[in-house]
Amino acid sequence: MAEDKQKIVQVKHLKQYFNIGKPNEVKAVDDISFDIYKGETFGLVGESGSGKSTTGRSIIRLYDPTDGQILFNGQDISKIKSHGPQMKKFRREMQMIFQDPYASLNPRMKVKDIIAEGLDVHGLTKNSEDRDKRVRELLDMVHLNPEHMTRYPYEFSGGQRQRIGIARALAVDPEFIIADEPISALDVSIQAQVVNLMQDIQKDQGLTYMFIAHDLSMVKYISDRIAVMYNGKIVELADSDEIYNHPLHSYTKSLLSAIPVPDPEIEKTRQRIDFDHKSSFHEGQKLQEVLPGHFLYCDDKKAATFK
Amino acid sequence: MDKILEVKNLHVNFATYNGTVQAIRGVNFDLSAGETLAIVGESGSGKSITVRSILQLLAKNADINKGTILYHGEDLLKKSKKEMDAIRGNKISMIFQDPMTSLDPTMTIGKQVAEPLLIHNKVSKKEALGRAEEVLRLVGIPNPKERMNDYPHQFSGGQRQRIVIAIAIVDYPEILIADEPTTALDVTVQAQIIDLLKELQQKIGTAIIFITHDLGVVAGIADRVAVMYAGKFVEYGSVDEIFYNPQHPYTWGLLDSMPTLDTNEEDHLNSIPGTPPNLLNPPKGDAFAPRNKYAMQIDLEEQPPFFKVSKTHYAATWLLHPDAPKVTPPKGIQKRFSKFKKLGDNE
Repeated sequence: MAEDKQKIVQVKHLKQYFNIGKPNEVKAVDDISFDIYKGETFGLVGESGSGKSTTGRSIIRLYDPTDGQILFNGQDISKIKSHGPQMKKFRREMQMIFQDPYASLNPRMKVKDIIAEGLDVHGLTKNSEDRDKRVRELLDMVHLNPEHMTRYPYEFSGGQRQRIGIARALAVDPEFIIADEPISALDVSIQAQVVNLMQDIQKDQGLTYMFIAHDLSMVKYISDRIAVMYNGKIVELADSDEIYNHPLHSYTKSLLSAIPVPDPEIEKTRQRIDFDHKSSFHEGQKLQEVLPGHFLYCDDKKAATFK
Repeated sequence: MDKILEVKNLHVNFATYNGTVQAIRGVNFDLSAGETLAIVGESGSGKSITVRSILQLLAKNADINKGTILYHGEDLLKKSKKEMDAIRGNKISMIFQDPMTSLDPTMTIGKQVAEPLLIHNKVSKKEALGRAEEVLRLVGIPNPKERMNDYPHQFSGGQRQRIVIAIAIVDYPEILIADEPTTALDVTVQAQIIDLLKELQQKIGTAIIFITHDLGVVAGIADRVAVMYAGKFVEYGSVDEIFYNPQHPYTWGLLDSMPTLDTNEEDHLNSIPGTPPNLLNPPKGDAFAPRNKYAMQIDLEEQPPFFKVSKTHYAATWLLHPDAPKVTPPKGIQKRFSKFKKLGDNE
């Protein structure tokens, strides 16, 4: 990663706890720090319960972070009020694409109203003609037929609905999009369509993505850098090729060894690596840069072995 | 090999408000003792309906209007409800996709695992519970004796799926149908469950019909693979034949649209354009033709028959007709072909 790259998001010691002070307190995100550079795709992988979705939702301020800072273009957004001009401005700059294209579109709204909701909230179009024109543009951008703008979500397939979700996110011209498992509810042949579309739009508009997923082969394909989360912590972060070719953390190794590969020869000979939670975590560990651009959650002694 | 199940010319229709959906349009396959057959396809392709027809677990508006399902030579479709009850969960059992909803939340897991034995074998309750404990140990539930008295919510997703498997195998079925058994699970847990199924298969010798949309999982578990599209099988063969010598453009598309770990970000993923056809009005010709860049005029007019590729490998595509022009498959598929050649040379 080049030094002169501009940081669009800086997460510093972010903590997101739930049920604080109660017996069922959950440390969903427990002191994580990372940066996202302008124009890149930052992949966040982990299994269910690892805190990856919570991290995304904290960054876009669907939650109020328990502790820590989130800087967006240098400005601390972790404490701005949830209703107010600052938040409204911020909401235009950062958008989200959700996992379930069936649950994330209001079934009683027409597609054009779903897509234009952000335009209306921010007063981005002058009149209804202008509004329709923009919706048509957006539908065209996601390869849907603009003629279908007066239809309802149930008239579309899963892949098409996810395109509507993407058009909605793009409507307000954001700089940064968090995509939370955007393809995991889709069929294999449709997944590739949506991923290709997201990449084309990124190139066109100069967007930055945070791509949250559990499908490691797709994450590797789409991401420039990848962070691996486990138990509320980032255990490893590096360029995506580096993570795959030289994983350092035993959890990353175990995760990689479990990905099924569509090749019988590889499957027959594969060795799965088991991960032992107890022996991998102890006091005094933190995420630190052990090789250039390669961060590992470990203690200082272990970090010194890479020097 | 000994064929225990033969499905012949199966047709299933669903009556809906919009008309008749032709969900299964002539499916043929057989299953030999102890083997694993994987059926791959996208949602709506009919893979679940196919296996649910075997156990007659279809919705009320379903109509199996043609075909036979022979189990040891006897047509299951002609069995009475009572006769089917004796087979279901006993000789042929099923594992469902979602471990969160396929267990009874108000019943201890020990009782749930023992239930099929009590229903089918008329063993004593004590014996049944003893067997349940044994099977729970077999599927890897720690301290089964104590945990028998726990309820489903006290277990994780992976453990629940192990319990669902325990219920399915407690009677040592001859055929185990697994309908997307790992789709709801994390990759590391998925790997454990697949290893477990393979291990159990060796121990109790059951044949498995494994349904999934994940080709990676198929490569790891199947002996034979059938690819399904729009209510029909489009290609079937041994696992090596399907992965290294695929012939149908839909199989090519499926294999090619998944990124492998050495796919570069520079090259676009090869996606299959469009969406599957609506089976209210199935197309006249090859159902895949509108999405198939290799489609010819005849694909739009007439459904392709199965062409023989080898003794075990068949594909329904006009490209295999002797008069068809030679086409160049996608690059990723050509790589697979060269691997197939190497395999052949080694044998």
